[in-house]
Amino acid sequence: MAQRAHVAEHLETSTGLDNRKLAMWLFLASEALFFGSLIATYLLYRGQSQEGPYPHDVFNIPFTSVSSFILLMSSTTMALAVGAAHRGRLHQMRTWLLCTALLGISFLAGQAFEFTEFVHKGLTLSSNLFGSSFYVLTGFHGAHVSVGVLILLSLWVMAARGRIGQHNALNVELAGLYWHFVDIVWILIFTLVYLLDPLAGGGA
Amino acid sequence: MTLAELRGTRRRREEEGEAHAGGLHATTADYIRVAVALFIITSIEVAIYYIEGLRGVLVELFLALSGLKFLLVVMWYMHLRFDSRLFSFLFAFGLTLAVCLFVAALATMKAGLL
Repeated sequence: MAQRAHVAEHLETSTGLDNRKLAMWLFLASEALFFGSLIATYLLYRGQSQEGPYPHDVFNIPFTSVSSFILLMSSTTMALAVGAAHRGRLHQMRTWLLCTALLGISFLAGQAFEFTEFVHKGLTLSSNLFGSSFYVLTGFHGAHVSVGVLILLSLWVMAARGRIGQHNALNVELAGLYWHFVDIVWILIFTLVYLLDPLAGGGA
Repeated sequence: MTLAELRGTRRRREEEGEAHAGGLHATTADYIRVAVALFIITSIEVAIYYIEGLRGVLVELFLALSGLKFLLVVMWYMHLRFDSRLFSFLFAFGLTLAVCLFVAALATMKAGLL
């Protein structure tokens, strides 16, 4: 199994690049379009809610800043895990993978807490245009983070069983690309939705 | 040069050598530097959010700072700075399509068709 993965990494391809990595970038390009359309929908309907709650009624910027920082730091630990995998430092790789998964779970816990708070303040999926577009956008992002956490935990278990090593470090790198993508989507959401929207009086 | 400095230099060179051998071009120190930069930029974003005097230019500032964070993650953590240009092209293509979609939807809404 490990030998087959090793051979696959050295296959000649028409592009000279690993097809799995190329496929991952194609997937991320399609994901960029997916999240682009969700963010566009949110921005297009910004300020068009007929009744509250509005963004400035519910957002807690200090709390979301901490969540954003947690996700940013998970990207750092992921990059360290990829680096350790390429250098054959498997113990370090396992540690960083677990740290990344735990940071991802912390982010999700923060999002669950935030959603609960918003619902208590009267903002549901069907309250107004803001609620619908906000929950769909951030909910899909949360779903992507959840999938990322599952991938990371699977990699961690596989690494603990000796099935991930320097010879197939590309598996960790591909998971890393997905994780970093989820992070950059949040960078945009944090700025466009949380920081800019209340300033624009989103819906007020 | 002290013994500790010599050891530090040797470890750094070994790490850089391993990084290149493993197909990477960034070292652990690079990743930490990017993390520090991301932390500083996020702190600046949150700090200027509360400064009343900057309200007039906040949109431009936020877009510039988040663009910088986006570029740091994409270039260093996702290795686009070192990887094949084809990957950069594919990703830029997806982003461009997303922006085109937004502009088209905005134009349609302005025209009252949505």
